[in-house]
Amino acid sequence: MAASDNQGRRETAAPAIELKGISKAFGPVEANKDISLSVAKGTIHGIVGENGAGKSTLMSILYGFYKADKGEIIVNGTPTQIPDSQAAIAAGIGMVHQHFKLVDNFTVLENVILGAEEGGLLKPSLAKARKHLVELAREYELEVNPDALIEDLSVGHQQRVEILKALYRHADILILDEPTGVLTPSEADHLFRILENLRDQGKTIILITHKLREIMSATDTVSVMRRGQMTATRKTADTSPAELAELMVGRKVLLRVDKTPAKPGKTILEVRDLKVRDDAGVERLKGVSFDVRAGEILGIAGVAGNGQSDLLQVLGGITVATGTIRVNGDAIDLTGRHSDGQSRRARGIAHVPEDRQHLGLIMDFFAWENICFGYHHDPKYQKNRLAMDNAAILADTIGKMERFDIRPPNPHLPAHSFSGGNQQKIVLAREIERNPDLLLVGQPTRGVDIGAIEFIHQRIVELRDAGKAILLVSVELDEILSLTDRVAVMFDGRIQGERITAETNERELGLMMAGMNAEVA
Amino acid sequence: METMPRWADVILVPLINLVLAFSVAGLVVLAIGQNPLDAIYFMIKGSLGSTRGIGYTLYYATNYIFTGLAVAVAFHARLFNIGGEGQAAVSGIGAAVVMLAFDWPHWALALPFAIIGAGLFGAAWAFIPAWLQAKRGSHIVITTIMFNFIGAALLGYLLNGLLKSPHTQNAETVNFPEGAHLPTAHEVLAPLGIAFNKSAPANISFLLAIACAVLVWYLLWRTRLGYQIRAFGKSEAAAKYAGINAVRITIVTMLISGALAGMLSINVVVGEQERLIKEFVEGAGFVGIAVALMGRSHPFGIVLAALLFGMLTQGGFELLFEMPAISREMVLVIQALIILFTGALNYMVHDPVERLFLRRRKRKA
Repeated sequence: MAASDNQGRRETAAPAIELKGISKAFGPVEANKDISLSVAKGTIHGIVGENGAGKSTLMSILYGFYKADKGEIIVNGTPTQIPDSQAAIAAGIGMVHQHFKLVDNFTVLENVILGAEEGGLLKPSLAKARKHLVELAREYELEVNPDALIEDLSVGHQQRVEILKALYRHADILILDEPTGVLTPSEADHLFRILENLRDQGKTIILITHKLREIMSATDTVSVMRRGQMTATRKTADTSPAELAELMVGRKVLLRVDKTPAKPGKTILEVRDLKVRDDAGVERLKGVSFDVRAGEILGIAGVAGNGQSDLLQVLGGITVATGTIRVNGDAIDLTGRHSDGQSRRARGIAHVPEDRQHLGLIMDFFAWENICFGYHHDPKYQKNRLAMDNAAILADTIGKMERFDIRPPNPHLPAHSFSGGNQQKIVLAREIERNPDLLLVGQPTRGVDIGAIEFIHQRIVELRDAGKAILLVSVELDEILSLTDRVAVMFDGRIQGERITAETNERELGLMMAGMNAEVA
Repeated sequence: METMPRWADVILVPLINLVLAFSVAGLVVLAIGQNPLDAIYFMIKGSLGSTRGIGYTLYYATNYIFTGLAVAVAFHARLFNIGGEGQAAVSGIGAAVVMLAFDWPHWALALPFAIIGAGLFGAAWAFIPAWLQAKRGSHIVITTIMFNFIGAALLGYLLNGLLKSPHTQNAETVNFPEGAHLPTAHEVLAPLGIAFNKSAPANISFLLAIACAVLVWYLLWRTRLGYQIRAFGKSEAAAKYAGINAVRITIVTMLISGALAGMLSINVVVGEQERLIKEFVEGAGFVGIAVALMGRSHPFGIVLAALLFGMLTQGGFELLFEMPAISREMVLVIQALIILFTGALNYMVHDPVERLFLRRRKRKA
């Protein structure tokens, strides 16, 4: 690691970025209200806030995707207009998006010069870029093989390419949007070392994240956004996660889940040697076996894309598989006529899918139409053999909205009008109130605000305490550690290991997530 | 997400589209040295100015309601059924077989069976592309287009062979039994003391079309099947999550769609021609696409849009007659412009109008 003291930091009068009175409205929604922000040169500045607090809008204004309705952007002491991303790049601002913007079948070098080619022929640009890339890699410890194809690189390395792309365009100010969402803990640590390095060389970093732990460990200063406004700016050393959470939500929040030790009963779910191939013939699950018992929460941890999603989809009846799954002792059909979602529901399996917007909800359907989604054959929703009893569904929806505090409590709004947290509550209300024997939950709090996380976690624990089996898939280690009773780590389509949650820690799980521990508990 | 009031979406925007379409069409008429106001006058007078005109307008509108509903039902399952033309053509065979099978003593007896015959044949013609789509992934747009040609060829083949009337050189069947003649608008309205033109082809099939519109509405928004069709159309992935059988929904939806397209032959073959002829569909299957687009795939909107297109068709014929300088192609251009503005360019008007509404609302707030 490079020198992490402040020797490289230059004290300059003008801040790297200064925003004055930025406002932006989308229709009647004010995404940003009179935001002022000052980021000193050579610092790492964190921006935290709940989903929909306006972080992304603000950064999009800074990077030229949106135009502010009001306000001023001052870069290095000069008022600057940023009408598009080209102007942002010219002003020395670079952005690393949450979802990488890389061409998979191009090499690193080709990706780096994409959009910055000089002249009609590629060869001179490539040669120049290669030289420059080597210098950058040395200077900032950003080693990547310039001739490797993007699709062959790990996610962590792909992210480095994104950073290199920005540096190649002479960015002095780097914006990173939720950069650790797809990284293992050790990859994230490496990223933060790189960022510290960049800062020590005089670059300015703006880090957008919802993970308070990262803010605490990586930033120098932090700003909190809530409902489109900048509510506070603190020196990181002078604040705490509890204070930041409170500033984000506007009230005190429980960061820990309140729960008693599990009282596991009989085995509800038995999975043996489960194998799945995707459409391309690639084996996504390579023989997975585990049990979930009544009254316990089994967490499936792992970096996204190691088979957890496939596991949920098989259990939920979305994809076919080979192997054995028993629920309450009876084997269920994995390939035949009774391998669909309806049959799974009939066997007492409820499924809160990872991707609620594409699987769990029909975004254009009204809330009440979504409340019976998947259970539209339930006799209580039928008026006669043909017609559904819309009045009964509506009444059910109103009750669920009340019990799950879904806001606004209007069943006639389409799902896309609700915030991420409330969308998730619609799905949870529907699935949990079926009182299933087994609840499958994927990323229950992804894109959900902190206030709602607390509520969702409580409901899941309540279901466990009612003696139900719960399988929780999450890429958030914090969530796994605080919510589950046992944890299985998936790596490359296999269960890398199983631990009692209370007897393990982030470090051990992190190693297993990286595939480094092969022993099976 | 805020949107503009619903009335603006379903009435104001289509209206602006129409005005725009007529303005551009007017420019075209101007360009060939004719008076656009005269053209509009003749079109309106020709389609609504007499009971004869109204009778033709309703007759065409009936066809367009059937084909528009056919497209719309499929569209709700995100299936683009371009094959209304072929399904309607083949349904004529079903209708004719039923009508020629007995010496029907009364239309009320014949009609239900004709509906079943036409519906079954129309549905059967939609079944093959539906099955290919559901099971083999063959794109339904391609297959239904191809089935239009096969359907037309099949109809021509049968009319020159098996079904051909021995009494004529033309490719057509013998006349249907006279007892099964469907009451025309004139015959229905005369007892009520309303004088309606005797030669106008509008018949009680119009009521069947309205009934179909109501049934389609009920199917889509009240039944479990309709719920599944709409869910499948909005998100195939979510439908799979919910355990909705994609193969079943695709096939059932297309069967309903094909059967609706097949109702066209009740109006044309049973109601008007009273025998099966070649090319009786006359492009109504394709107009149905525009009708469904303009009607926002909602039965109520489809009835309105079908009436408008009925006016355009009938008015267009009158225009040809009254203004010789305007050719048949020119009428097609005018009709095409309306399709273009109401269908393809809808969002050109939709979005600015929505912005206007939201800005006004904000100022008020």
